[in-house]
Order: sequence, then C-alpha cells, then structure tokens
Amino acid sequence: MYNNANELKLLCREQGKRISDVAIEIEAMENEITVEEVRAKFEKFIDIMNVACHKTLNKAIPSISGLTSGDAKKLNDYIEKKQNLCSDHALKGVAFALSCFEVNTSMGRIVAAPTAGSCGIVPACIFVVADKINANKDAVIDAFATASAVGSIIEKNATLSGAEGGCQAECGSASAMAAAAVVEMRGGTIDQSFHAASMTLKNVMGQVCDPIAGLVEVPCAKRNAIGVVNALLCVDLALAGIKSFVPFDEVVAAMYEVGKSLPCELRETGLGGLAGTPTGIAIRKKIFGK
Amino acid sequence: MGRGLFGILGPSMIGPSSSHTAGAVRIGRMCRSVARGDIAAATFFLHGSFAQTYKGHGTDRALVGGLLGMNTDDERIINSLELAKKENMKIQFLPTNLGNYHPNTVRAEMVNKNGDTCNLIASSIGGGEIQIISVNGFPANISGIYDALIIRHMDKVGMISKIAALFEKNKLNIVSLYNNRESKGKIAITIIEIDGDVPEYLADLVSKIDGILSISVVNKI
Ligand code: SF4
Repeated sequence: MYNNANELKLLCREQGKRISDVAIEIEAMENEITVEEVRAKFEKFIDIMNVACHKTLNKAIPSISGLTSGDAKKLNDYIEKKQNLCSDHALKGVAFALSCFEVNTSMGRIVAAPTAGSCGIVPACIFVVADKINANKDAVIDAFATASAVGSIIEKNATLSGAEGGCQAECGSASAMAAAAVVEMRGGTIDQSFHAASMTLKNVMGQVCDPIAGLVEVPCAKRNAIGVVNALLCVDLALAGIKSFVPFDEVVAAMYEVGKSLPCELRETGLGGLAGTPTGIAIRKKIFGK
Repeated sequence: MGRGLFGILGPSMIGPSSSHTAGAVRIGRMCRSVARGDIAAATFFLHGSFAQTYKGHGTDRALVGGLLGMNTDDERIINSLELAKKENMKIQFLPTNLGNYHPNTVRAEMVNKNGDTCNLIASSIGGGEIQIISVNGFPANISGIYDALIIRHMDKVGMISKIAALFEKNKLNIVSLYNNRESKGKIAITIIEIDGDVPEYLADLVSKIDGILSISVVNKI
C-alpha cells in the first residue's frame, strides 16, 4: 500500500522496481488476483482507447449535442501539410486526444482516464510515445499502470473531479498521470517521473471548470489538447534534468486547496468562466431554450 | 483505502460524462431489476443537472439503455430510444424539481408487462457511481457495487431473523441491511446487500418464508 508519492518512491527504492511494477503487484495483491490478470484488464482497456484515439482522425463524427465536430480530422490534415510549429509527435498526440474526446462526445466507447471529460490525455500521450519508440504491448501496459498509480495518489490526497476541484483536478491530473508514465517509458528515473508530474500540475494550477451549457464539450476538448502538450513538455523538462522545486505530494495538496477555494460558478456548474460569457450563454439558450 | 488502479483508469463507458451517461445507464439497469420483468412504460422525472443537460449529455438514451439491460459500454446506447420504441416501451422524460437532492437525481416510475408499478429515486454521484435513495417510497441505500435483495414483507416479529438465518445457512455475508415499514403491522421493506453473487435459488428460498410479499434481486453493475 502507498498513500502518497513519498511512500510509493520508498517502495520502489526498497524493492529496486519501477512504479509500474510496484503498482501492478499491489493491485494484484489487494484484489487477490494474479499479475497476469491485472495486465489483461489493462489490455482490454488499451484496445478500446486505441480505437478511440484513431476513430475520428480521418472521419468527423458530430457530438450528441450538435455543438462540435471534426477537430481531430482538421488537425490531422494540418499535420500532413508539414507546416506545423509544434513537433509532429506533440501534435499527433493532440490529434489522438481530440479523436478520443470526440468519440466521447458522440456517445462512443471510451475509458475514463481518470474521467470521461479528460479521457483523451493519458492514452494520447502514451500511444504517441509508444509509436515513436516502437514500444511493445507490455511497455504500454506498464505505462498505463504508472499513470493510474499517480492518479490514485492524487485521488487519495485531493480530488480528480472537476465539480470539486476545477479542471486542474481533472485534466491537470490526467496530464500529471501521463507525464509520469511517459518518463518511465523513456527510461527516466522514478524521481524524474514525479518531477514531470509535479511540473505538469503546477502549470495548470487554478484551471477552472467552466463547460458551456454544462456540457462536457467546450472548452473540454481543448483542455485535453493542452493537457497532452503540457505533459510532453514536462517530460522533456524532467528528462533534461530540470526539477520541480515543490515535491509532488505538496503540489497535490496545493492543487486541492486551490480547488476547494474556487467559487462554485467555476466548478462544473456551467455558470462562470467561459460558460458565463455572452457566447456561452447564447449557446446554452440555443440548446436548452433558456 | 483508494479504489485501486481501475478506479482511476476505467470504467470503459459510453461518453460523454461518467455521471450523466455511465451513472445513468446503471440507474436504468437498477430500474429494470426493481421492476421485476419486462418494462411496458417508464417515466423519468429529471432533477437538477439531469433536468438541464439530459439531452446534450444523452442521459435520456443512457437511462433507457440501462432499462433495456445494456452495460455502461454498450455502443447501442446511442440508439436506445429507437430500440425501446421497437419494443413498444412507452418512455417519457419530465424535467422537474424533486427537492433537496444531489444535482444528478432522477425519479423513475415504471409499469411492467404484468401491470405492476414501482418507482425509485437514484442519484448519479460521480465517476459513474450511483446511489439508490428510495425504492417504492421506502428509503434505501444501494450502491450497485454489491448484489442486493429488495424484500417486501409483512411487518411482524421475527421476519428479519428468518431472512438473516437463510443467508447464514447459505454462507452469504451481509454487507448492509436496511429495514423500514409503512406503518406498524402492515408492509415493511428490507434491503440487503451481500458479498459475492446472489445465487439463483435464493429468491425462491426467501419467498417461501411466511409473510414475504415480493422479492427483487438487484445484481451489482
Ligand atoms: S472544463 Fe470541466 S467538464 Fe470540461 S474537461 Fe475540464 S473539468 Fe471536465
């Protein structure tokens, strides 16, 4: 058992293992199942996420509300023109995340990671890096295990819900999970994983949850997009040797404090922030007639 | 205790929102269990955020998908309203104010093909998790994490101990037990959550106890 990053790091160090190894072993032990069974469970989810991350890259599917459609395809087409400023990988990752998110808003099948609103970030980062380094299936499973372990630390000590802690708690946490996982995939150290996760969360501290018309759609898709780039940036920072001044457990505690102090208008109620702009209100009226 | 790795990654579900879609599917499945038998008609009174965003979030399709027995990740959910129509189910959605409840709450009134009516109030409390707050007007607390039995019976001495004895004999561990009654000496309702699976023969055994009126098995979802 581990309750925070410090305890998890200690376990890893004592046993000379990576985050994913420890996380999977503990998961198996606590649920009285085998390590193979845990891995098989991840694999099932990975198949679903993989489909979702590719589904709308070449074909636009409208959202159930009719509000949005086709951004993944637009970005994918744009990347093919080779005029992009961000790296191909970063943008491809964003396209994956947008695709996954569009599957979500069109009532397709996704895996909450950690929530439905933030479902694109973790798989997009892991899949795009897996493509880059030709990672095998086991390495991808390990990466999702590390991401989940970091998510569980945030949940134990703060929250993963936008309604409770704002978008920083949802998309911010997803990015932190992804960052830690990708550092491990790239052969970084456990400390580097947590530096990357800390920096990711710090970068979006205070990010509010302000979905227009209360629908998990706008600005959520773009929060997934920045979530990918934020995670990949912080992985590069950490692998370059840059450290977070504040350790992960303290960053998580700060995120929670900030989340709790957000007014309720900025926590998924669809009232404040972008939802409260004239455009946001007009869309709300158009969809709900009030 | 946390929820483990798959409390963070997962569930696999139909989007767009775990509370408005996945939770709603599970509530729909609960409605199906409580109604005991094929549903002829259902009316959903939607409260709070459910009332406001049910169309844009597909909560209507999710509730009906559950009513049809679908899982939270069934890709047919998007077509559930049409499927229900094909099965001649009469479905209605009425935005309303139920009072002081969680913002994602619904009251469902169902009629099954035998003409039996029943109702429940349930909230989708986040991350796809739900809570059944009342069944047929009786306060309840069912999470859907455990198998549960909803037993209506005469309110008389010894009913609960007889039921509990049966559970013990069948080596079923009781997680929670709620008992309430309409009025003294009339009808009472006992809701029991257990570890593991409710064996198929259990409902039969319980219904043989003198004074039992009806029993619904609500499988974990
Ligand atoms: S803005 Fe709110 S609803 Fe949208 S992704 Fe962020 S936390 Fe979720």
